Amino acid sequence: MLDKVKNVIVVLSGKGGVGKSTVSTQLALALRATGHKVGLLDIDLCGPSVPHLLGLEGRDIYQCDDGWVPIYTDESKTLAVMSIGFLLKNRNDPVIWRGPKKTMMIKQFLTDVKWEDLDYLIIDTPPGTSDEHITVMECMREVPCNGAIIVTTPQGVALDDVRKELTFCKKTGIKVLGIVENMSGFVCPHCSDCTNIFSSFGGAELAQLAQVPLLGTLPIDPRVGVLAGSTASVLNELADSSTAQVLRSIVQHLDGLTALPTSA
Amino acid sequence: MQAPPPEHCPGVESEQAGLVSACAGCPNQRICSDPNKKLEDPGKALVAAAMKDVKHKLLILSGKGGVGKSTVTTLLTRYLARSYPDSNFGVLDIDICGPSQPRLLGAVGENVHQSGSGWSPVGIDDNVCLMSIGFLLGSVDDAIIWRGPKKNGMIRQFLSEVDWGTLDLLLLDTPPGTSDEHLSVVSYLRDDSAPDSLKAIIVTTPQEVALLDVRKEINFCKKQRIPIVGVVENMSSFRCGNCGNSSEIFPAKTGGAAAMCQEMDVPLLGSLPLDPQVTRACDSGEDITAINNSTTEALATICSKIMASL
Repeated sequence: MLDKVKNVIVVLSGKGGVGKSTVSTQLALALRATGHKVGLLDIDLCGPSVPHLLGLEGRDIYQCDDGWVPIYTDESKTLAVMSIGFLLKNRNDPVIWRGPKKTMMIKQFLTDVKWEDLDYLIIDTPPGTSDEHITVMECMREVPCNGAIIVTTPQGVALDDVRKELTFCKKTGIKVLGIVENMSGFVCPHCSDCTNIFSSFGGAELAQLAQVPLLGTLPIDPRVGVLAGSTASVLNELADSSTAQVLRSIVQHLDGLTALPTSA
Repeated sequence: MQAPPPEHCPGVESEQAGLVSACAGCPNQRICSDPNKKLEDPGKALVAAAMKDVKHKLLILSGKGGVGKSTVTTLLTRYLARSYPDSNFGVLDIDICGPSQPRLLGAVGENVHQSGSGWSPVGIDDNVCLMSIGFLLGSVDDAIIWRGPKKNGMIRQFLSEVDWGTLDLLLLDTPPGTSDEHLSVVSYLRDDSAPDSLKAIIVTTPQEVALLDVRKEINFCKKQRIPIVGVVENMSSFRCGNCGNSSEIFPAKTGGAAAMCQEMDVPLLGSLPLDPQVTRACDSGEDITAINNSTTEALATICSKIMASL
């Protein structure tokens, strides 16, 4: 399983809609922009967002002798993507599966996809602490998983669930690389006044409470949302934005970690 | 005791139940593979008995997380309870891994009491009560690391062993997706002799990345024969408190909920703005439905449409 993958990073959050998929895709694109070969695996089976966010909807997965060939975003083959979205006939089809079938699918994604040589595999997850997460953590025991990046918004109601996810990481023995606080303020384009729509500092307080690093604070930036549907990295398109700065520092942080020899 | 299902279990309701290779060795294979035996979950009768005085059940669904299912549930409950003081309302939070209702309804730290007739839900107001797994956890940090079958067992208990009493409307707040929790709650509550007793409201934001998952949820409802009352669009625009201008934070590049409703042939109940007063109230648990603003105006329309449909 994942024999040729050097580093695995899981993106988690107890709460839905906080930006796990946006952080996952932009992190994958940022890692690629800094010269890495990257894979992105979407294990949100009931609500896959990665194909849409990267503008890859409608692409088909091909089978070769060794397994499924992931979707490459371009000729350079530096970003490989796998999601159940590519296996649905119609984008509106629901995947109405109970746990055991979801477990089977995720194991297939990890074992039967030809990931090739990758510097990083980013795994985007659904919200919660249930079948998908237990399965992925069980599989991570056999591969060099670097740890998890936790995404949250500053709102108390999101933090409640994210604290549960941190407990999950502790109990399953996965290292928390740090917390990313997303949607942490909106600068009005008309008057430049900043409103903390979903409160503020929640991620920082949680990082302190859990004694894990705060990897960065991302504002609500509609320009990032506009990039959805393409493989454009924030690093290139919005190089001066605070989102790009945060992503750059996360990439640096990861490169620093992975410079050390990793072991399972 | 229930034996855990084998890893590749096709599901007891599946046509292949008991017939595929994974079923070999499963203690329930004989029951599953018997073609004459219509497998009826014994829990269903218990749920029906416990729910006999609950007139209407309303599922609050969305394929997408974080769009405001719980917030909409809270706002609807509070607004309806205020508008119909002589009716009784219940809220059941079936988001097992991420329960939000205790905080939203201002009941963090309350306890559920066991009585002769089952668990007593927590009283929120004179005519509102709530049950959530959040009340059963020792601390907010406690994680529920359960696979499907345990979550299903918990949901069955919430439906059959909670003393709901007489309710005019039970609102069920759900987790995102179309998986165990959703299948379980539907299989327990759907009554084909009274198809109108269980209906659904769909919550979305205007963004395509949310609508994409929400269309899946609407098709889930159609497949499961649950009538959809309509769609509530949440976080539809943000009005700056400083200059008063509106911005679309989650832009409706594909026409938002209105276009999707037309495409999927479901009614649009209304749009709620992205209101910092609401997000603050979510965290503090206070009731904002008495205030007069654009949120409560929109709520009034949505609630009257819901009540007319029940």
